[in-house]
Amino acid sequence: MTQPQNTAAQAVDQNTVVSMRNVNKWFGQFHVLRDINLSVDKGERIVVCGPSGSGKSTLIRCLNRLEKHQDGDISVHGIELNNDVKNIDEIRREVGMVFQHFNLFPHLSILENCMLAPIWVRKTPRAEAEEIAMHFLTRVKIPEQASKYPGQLSGGQQQRVAIARALCMQPQLMLFDEPTSALDPEMIKEVLDTMVELADDGMTMICVTHEMGFARRVANRVIFMDEGQIVEQNEPEAFFNNPQSERTKLFLSQILGH
Amino acid sequence: MARKTIKTAPQKTGAKKNVSPVVDAQAGYVRTEAAPLLPPPPSEVGITGWLYKNIFASMSDFGSIGGAVKSILIAFLTVVLLYFLITQTIGLLDFAIFSAVWSDPQGLKREVCWTVEQGGALPIGWHAACWPYVQAKAKFIFYGAYPNEELWRVNLTYAVGAVMLAWVMIDRLPYRKIVGALLLTAYPVLATIMLTGGSFSISAGAIGTYTILGLVLITVGRLGNRGYFSGAFGDLAMVAGVFGWVLVLFAAVLALFSVDFSLAAIDTSDWGGLLITLVVAITGIVASLPLGILLALGRRSDMPVARFLSTVFIEFWRGVPLITVLFMASVMLPLFMPEGVNFDMLLRALIGVTLFSAAYMAEVVRGGLQAIDKGQYEGADAVGLSYWQSMRLIILPQALTHVIPGIVNTFIGLFKDTALVSIVGIFDLLGAAQSTLADPAWSTPVQGLTGYLVVAAIFFIFCFGMSRYSMYMEQKLSRSRNR
Repeated sequence: MTQPQNTAAQAVDQNTVVSMRNVNKWFGQFHVLRDINLSVDKGERIVVCGPSGSGKSTLIRCLNRLEKHQDGDISVHGIELNNDVKNIDEIRREVGMVFQHFNLFPHLSILENCMLAPIWVRKTPRAEAEEIAMHFLTRVKIPEQASKYPGQLSGGQQQRVAIARALCMQPQLMLFDEPTSALDPEMIKEVLDTMVELADDGMTMICVTHEMGFARRVANRVIFMDEGQIVEQNEPEAFFNNPQSERTKLFLSQILGH
Repeated sequence: MARKTIKTAPQKTGAKKNVSPVVDAQAGYVRTEAAPLLPPPPSEVGITGWLYKNIFASMSDFGSIGGAVKSILIAFLTVVLLYFLITQTIGLLDFAIFSAVWSDPQGLKREVCWTVEQGGALPIGWHAACWPYVQAKAKFIFYGAYPNEELWRVNLTYAVGAVMLAWVMIDRLPYRKIVGALLLTAYPVLATIMLTGGSFSISAGAIGTYTILGLVLITVGRLGNRGYFSGAFGDLAMVAGVFGWVLVLFAAVLALFSVDFSLAAIDTSDWGGLLITLVVAITGIVASLPLGILLALGRRSDMPVARFLSTVFIEFWRGVPLITVLFMASVMLPLFMPEGVNFDMLLRALIGVTLFSAAYMAEVVRGGLQAIDKGQYEGADAVGLSYWQSMRLIILPQALTHVIPGIVNTFIGLFKDTALVSIVGIFDLLGAAQSTLADPAWSTPVQGLTGYLVVAAIFFIFCFGMSRYSMYMEQKLSRSRNR
């Protein structure tokens, strides 16, 4: 945290939530992230898209240290992401994450899933944690399921619980890692609606998704990745109507072509 | 009925009332009425259903020659096995109950179980249990050479333990967590004092040293909590704090052990029978589970040192037979000890058995840890839980539930392996029963069978009890998760 360039960056822009500078990452021999530079401001809603294996998920998983980057600087909320466990813990407290496969805790009830982190990480008193949990469960419109277990809920409901669980930590930034890819078509809409509401409330979000309708409607910026690089980024209108690179054009023609 | 609205054709077999609907290939088909919900046929429900599913299902195929032969063979096997089951059960009941000698009112001892041929009064060919022998030897089989006038101490220890255990196991009772914690902490101290008599000669200096050292470490931990140390030293200070509490508690236990409760001291070499079996088995069970969990976590740890040490420990203890461990403990260990230091033999065996089963437990738990989806670790990480929090709250509850059968398997194995301590001169249940066979006053041909029957029955009751309780736990846990 004492690195001068970091404090300088903070001084330049208090509004920056995420800044990645020259980030590189390898899985063994495989170069997954190549020279990533990205800065996300407070309240921005970013959609990351690209073919599978392009490093989209790895990119956002680096932001809360589910994956470790080997080269370059990442700072989240002004905290430098390095090997210091304290910094990692601090960042994870401020960053919520929603996974493709929900990753709810099956041995805990919905309410307990949501109360767990506030109680153990934020040291919130039990009663207050329950209040917070019910508040966010109401917001994702499933307060009546609070006493059930994850296995008793549909996929869409589980994903909404996962969103509520992340929100209960009252994060500054939400990461979505293909939140609708494991869902039946009928359930995608309820999850996307929840995410749209969240965006309307001004939450800073980075979403990896193939839902181009969602991207058009919600995103401030769409990022296209291929082979571990950011190939193109633009506002949704310009991105979809007037893609610049050949690779983007090919990708868009393939996913929008049918 | 829906069937009327569509074209139907009779089935090929034709005999059944059921007709299968055949939809006209040219016309579109729209169902206008819901198909009726019908009750299940008798082969699915009730007594008939049960009999069909559980007994006759595999022997009712007469559709082909092969099927018919198989059905007849299975029916034949079933009858033969039933015959053996019934005759064996009757034989056992006859031996243990109907033909058995139950009492010895005249004090004849061995002669009460003698046939006419052997000089007794029983008919020629009599062969059944001799219960007066068990009555006469019961005290030795259950308590060994523990003094008669002090048996109340053992019984009281049993009673307290049984009440506490029952309290923890019955779901409806209040304060179960507190009772459980006491059962794991205060009860072992109480049991040790009650059974041995306490009042060990522990120097006040040692207790004082431990206390002071503990208090110093706690203070360091407190300072660390308030942030007087930076970086890695802060974490070290926290560890020191925890260790300090352990030391202070240890000193407190030592102090309790040195208090004179005016109970007669009873050397562990006088303990025996079921008492030894229970002490060894319960200590082993209670201590090996947490130790095994730590070893399993260590073996999967990111830290190379922890991983290496855990792996070496597990592989070493799994690689040697328990008998070797016990021989090492009884013969080799004293050679390495300084002159005059005398480690209690039972304590040595306890430690050996515990470490041995901890290694097995570690591998069972590791199996459970591997069954947990990577997403669970990531989910726990992403909400900001620390390593120990995520293990305790997320990973272990699920992993241990997965491996309840394996854990209980290890427990039951350990319970029965306690019989091996008899080879280093500790008389467990089996050893004690066996040694009573040498008494000429009760020498009869059925003495051995009767004694072994009792030992087998006692072992079976405990092991079967553990097995049933584990099944109940599995059902309870899977119910609460609806999986």
